[in-house]
Amino acid sequence: MVSIFITAFIVGGLICVVGQLLFDVAKLTPAHTLCILVVAGSVLDGLGLYEPFIDFAGAGATIPITSFGNALTHGAMAEAEKHGLIGVVTGMFEVTSSGISSAILFGFIASLIFKSKGKVK
Amino acid sequence: MDEKKYAKLEKEVSPKTPLMRNVIFAFLTGGTICLIGQFVSMFYMTFFDFTERTASNPTVATMIFFAMLLTGFGQYKKIAQFGGAGSAVPITGFGNAVISAAIEHKSEGYVLGVGGNMFKLAGSVILFGVFSAFVVALIKTILVKFGVVSW
Repeated sequence: MVSIFITAFIVGGLICVVGQLLFDVAKLTPAHTLCILVVAGSVLDGLGLYEPFIDFAGAGATIPITSFGNALTHGAMAEAEKHGLIGVVTGMFEVTSSGISSAILFGFIASLIFKSKGKVK
Repeated sequence: MDEKKYAKLEKEVSPKTPLMRNVIFAFLTGGTICLIGQFVSMFYMTFFDFTERTASNPTVATMIFFAMLLTGFGQYKKIAQFGGAGSAVPITGFGNAVISAAIEHKSEGYVLGVGGNMFKLAGSVILFGVFSAFVVALIKTILVKFGVVSW
């Protein structure tokens, strides 16, 4: 019970370290780094490795952006299994709907409530 | 002291990007966000009918809600300043990118400003996520059709 929290912390931290190394060593912009991580998650799921990884690390695997790529691929593959090639397109957002829809929703709510504070020093 | 001299001196005095420090802060920040996520998903597994895998959906939504509060009150920028990738890589960073863009462009109106710019930063993540998911799923479907691998 406690061990899953420790694994989540360490695994989640390590994925962020990979991101930081891509920032600092490979000199990539944050946008490029996030794209690479999303594609990595997607490919890992294609190889069938991401689900066992979630079982192992819990939120350490589902909270980093890699899980977004995983969820997209997973939905697409699950539908493709049922309906063939057309399922690749129809199933894409099956699993990951909560991330996108809550980002849109909360983004709009935030724009209604909050005012731009400008740049912090 | 002229300007050039001052700029040179400043460059010498100010520290270079401390890689080790950045990495450690990224690790701690990212780890902490995932730890909070684990608590949230534990909450959904205990009090609602979710399993380890399905709990990630409400957890992600909850984390983005937290990101909305932190972004709205101007705190996420501060976390990002010392956390670096530790704040950008978790899903809260994705949420922050969408939400901060929405708040920032509010002055241009809700349709053209908020609606048009919301995915300015996060759009590339969605694009490449969708495209790579398409390619991966397509390859897998074709491989299964030819009997190379099974689902």
